[in-house]
Amino acid sequence: MAVGRKKISCPPYAEGTALSERDISERRVTFFEDHPNLVYSWTAGQAMSRFLNELKNGKLIATKCEKCGRIIFPPRIYCELCYKPIDGWVYVKDTGTVQTFSISYIDPDARPLEKPVIVAVIAVDGASPNMGIMHILGEVEPEKVYIGMRVKAVWKPENEREGAITDIKYWKPLEG
Amino acid sequence: MPAIVGVGYSGFNANTPDLSWKEIMYEAAVRAYEDAGIDPRKDVDSFITCAEDFYEGFAIFDEFVPDQLGAVLKPTCTVCADFLYGLATAYMQIESGLAEIAVVEAHSKASDIKTFGEVIRHAMDPIWLKGVTNAHPYYLAALEMSYYMNKYSITQEAIAEVVVKNKRNALLNDSAPYGAKLTVEYALKSPFVFYPMRKIEIAERADGAIVFVVASDEMARKITDSPVWIKGVGWWSETSNYDTMSFEARYAYKSAKMAYRMAGIENPSKEIDIAEVDDRFAFKEIQHIVALQLAGKYDVCDLMSEGYFARNGSLPVNVSGGNLGVGNLLEATGGQKALEIVIQLRGEAGRRQVDCEIGVAQAWRYIPTASGAVAVFGV
Amino acid sequence: MEVEIVKGLKFHKKQDVAIVGAGMTTFKRRLLETGKELSYFAVKQALEEAGLDIKDIEMVVMGSAPDAFDGTALKGEYLLDGAGGSDRPYLRVFVGGGTGVFAPIAGYWHVASGLADVCLVVCEEKMSCCHPHPQSAFKYIWDPILDRPLKPNLIWIFALEMRRYMHVNNIRHEDIALVSVKNKANALDHPCAQVAEKITVEDVLNSEPMALPVRRLDVSPPSDGAAALIMVAPHIARQLTDEPVWVTGVGWALDTTHWTNRDLYFPRYVAEAAKMAYRMAHITDPRKQIDVAEPYDPFDYKELHHMEGLGLAKKGEAPILTREGVTARDGDLPVCPSGGLLGVGNPISAGMGVKACEIYWQLAYRAGKRQVAKEVTTGVCQAWGDLMQVGTVMVMSNKR
Repeated sequence: MAVGRKKISCPPYAEGTALSERDISERRVTFFEDHPNLVYSWTAGQAMSRFLNELKNGKLIATKCEKCGRIIFPPRIYCELCYKPIDGWVYVKDTGTVQTFSISYIDPDARPLEKPVIVAVIAVDGASPNMGIMHILGEVEPEKVYIGMRVKAVWKPENEREGAITDIKYWKPLEG
Repeated sequence: MPAIVGVGYSGFNANTPDLSWKEIMYEAAVRAYEDAGIDPRKDVDSFITCAEDFYEGFAIFDEFVPDQLGAVLKPTCTVCADFLYGLATAYMQIESGLAEIAVVEAHSKASDIKTFGEVIRHAMDPIWLKGVTNAHPYYLAALEMSYYMNKYSITQEAIAEVVVKNKRNALLNDSAPYGAKLTVEYALKSPFVFYPMRKIEIAERADGAIVFVVASDEMARKITDSPVWIKGVGWWSETSNYDTMSFEARYAYKSAKMAYRMAGIENPSKEIDIAEVDDRFAFKEIQHIVALQLAGKYDVCDLMSEGYFARNGSLPVNVSGGNLGVGNLLEATGGQKALEIVIQLRGEAGRRQVDCEIGVAQAWRYIPTASGAVAVFGV
Repeated sequence: MEVEIVKGLKFHKKQDVAIVGAGMTTFKRRLLETGKELSYFAVKQALEEAGLDIKDIEMVVMGSAPDAFDGTALKGEYLLDGAGGSDRPYLRVFVGGGTGVFAPIAGYWHVASGLADVCLVVCEEKMSCCHPHPQSAFKYIWDPILDRPLKPNLIWIFALEMRRYMHVNNIRHEDIALVSVKNKANALDHPCAQVAEKITVEDVLNSEPMALPVRRLDVSPPSDGAAALIMVAPHIARQLTDEPVWVTGVGWALDTTHWTNRDLYFPRYVAEAAKMAYRMAHITDPRKQIDVAEPYDPFDYKELHHMEGLGLAKKGEAPILTREGVTARDGDLPVCPSGGLLGVGNPISAGMGVKACEIYWQLAYRAGKRQVAKEVTTGVCQAWGDLMQVGTVMVMSNKR
């Protein structure tokens, strides 16, 4: 065991060579490029399959746990707090309240967007309090959005729905 | 020492079109908790899942774990390795006093991965290995097989015996999808897909989930009359460079040494009653038997032909059917091995029951790695 | 078998755990070195400080965040030789962003269980490998059915949480921006810093909007980097140094996947983790008993959010403490004296260098220009990860 060989009095000292974006784009450094082709296809399972089929019908469905009394949305086949299977399925409304929101100017690859996207967590009516989903808001000016705003889903026409969360185009403010 | 007080599993199937991976985890977990007689919301102190992002297709896998295990707002973590590493982690957490009851989980939803070869290729060293060829990465195992067979004069017949034995054993295992009654002649006619490796020697993929409940010494005695003690655990990594790997399963040798020392086993070939080793490529079973010191390297072929490792032999290996019979369960492979040993030690293996008191489970982390883990169980 | 299980963790360990050395590389947006080389630099520094050789290391723990960044599946296996894991028991742990403090916790249980006497903990991250932008890898953390089709960006969750935090506690952006100003200024004294600079609150409020209310100067940048720590048993620590830093408490917790079902204004996962760590460390009044803190600050409001989760401030009070200078380096409760992720850089798990390693250096009085003014005995570091889910906490002390 090498004992007591301390040379550093004030760690750390910076080691590492910084590069700039141009070093890469102008190939001033050697690098290896790879484009992997990784494809996955997840089984939706019992709960999500039902959820997606109901979306195709223009309806939102949740599950119910009798023990804690919660109406759980998005639906799952077990209640994670009681740790038991759920007791039934319940339709919920397609209106809700904005819990929080944000106005985004960037896309998933961090590139700037032309028109900002308004994203919000919407607590759905009919489910237990705070049972929200994330979705986009539309037909509203960014400055007019506030926490507590009442919104309603705007669905795609029936023949365009494919059983995905995007069957709801966006949520718009409820008048009145 | 910590003990296994409950096990549960779901599977194993070639494909699971009706259940998502969350739902097979839930099924395995519920069975394990029932077996142990505990409520995960109240009794469990720590949850450990064993998963690799790229096998799941998500960037941060442990996000999707807590709900179906009953782990909401409880200590939960991911170990990016095989199930047996997770078992070692549970062992360490219990011995450090951080948990009295820990849950270890691993699953495989290999049927969700459409481009399995690409995932393995993606794990290869990007500078030295990836660009060499576009062939399916199984060739890495074939290179190792060629070296090992040559060095220790392992015959093609011995390897065919492994395939025949394991697939036959799988016929008595209700949860093994790939059982078959074959002969050595039939196996030797299987085409060479990566010479010298034959198509029949490569384990097919399967889906499944395994959950273990591990408890500390004190707690195990309270919960159950038949705990299965974890006598020793070991894990080891050789190197990440493919060209400097030993090609002799040195990781298995070292991790077994660590586990045997903890278990106080000095003569494994005499003291171990049953073994489950990784045989996702048939030659690996022979390599691992030697590395675990269960037989000498120049004796193993003869012993295999004589039936020494058969179900009714002196040291049964892979009674469950091994990976050739049960399937390649990705990171849950070690879990299936441990599961079989635990079921055997408890005397619950039905028609495939073997008389045993000490068993060893071993797993490898698959190509292109040289890492593995071992666990020794006893009653 | 129906049995009444009476539970109560007593945290009886086989041996105490001390930290005797740490090291980190510089944090920059792009580094030339490979991930293996970065790990090697960090480990070399840690071994130098501890006075040990790689032969003395018995086990290695690696913490590294999404494999998608480095461009290699089974990333732990790829990095192992650079991290000193060759021919040793080597394990990789991963809890998303919380790995920065979780890897040392894993190192803790390697030694505390008695299975190892000397354990090396390494964290490495190379985000720059991912093109077009490291953010792209974050596309894959979302639920494929509920979230991904909406094309979300990671910043969205933070923006949603920040808005909720500001709304419930009635806090202005100006007060939150003070954190960014403080940390970036603190980082000017850190040799490895990437984005240290003197800015003002106006600079933050006028910077480019990313996902309102989050603006560019509210966010820490993606970085490459590595960090390492060495944890040893007491009898080894005695031989190496007179002033080891002891790990007195660890805790971690994971909240539900369904983050949209939670009220985001308070990080209850951090509170749960802190509860466990404080109980182990016998801390009953964190505000008084903690001398220096390094909560995770990938965004400026996150530092405040986590301070409240750690019990260092009452709900809604953290901005007041910042405004009054309590959390400055010469204040009563210095928070992020290193400059944190906002000032030094955010290579996800390698953030251990400014969290766990920083608290170690502060308690060992080896932080040089970053050393806080007051006398320090107990420090806490914390990390967060996933979809607003993971809290990992570690409490250290220089008195046993």
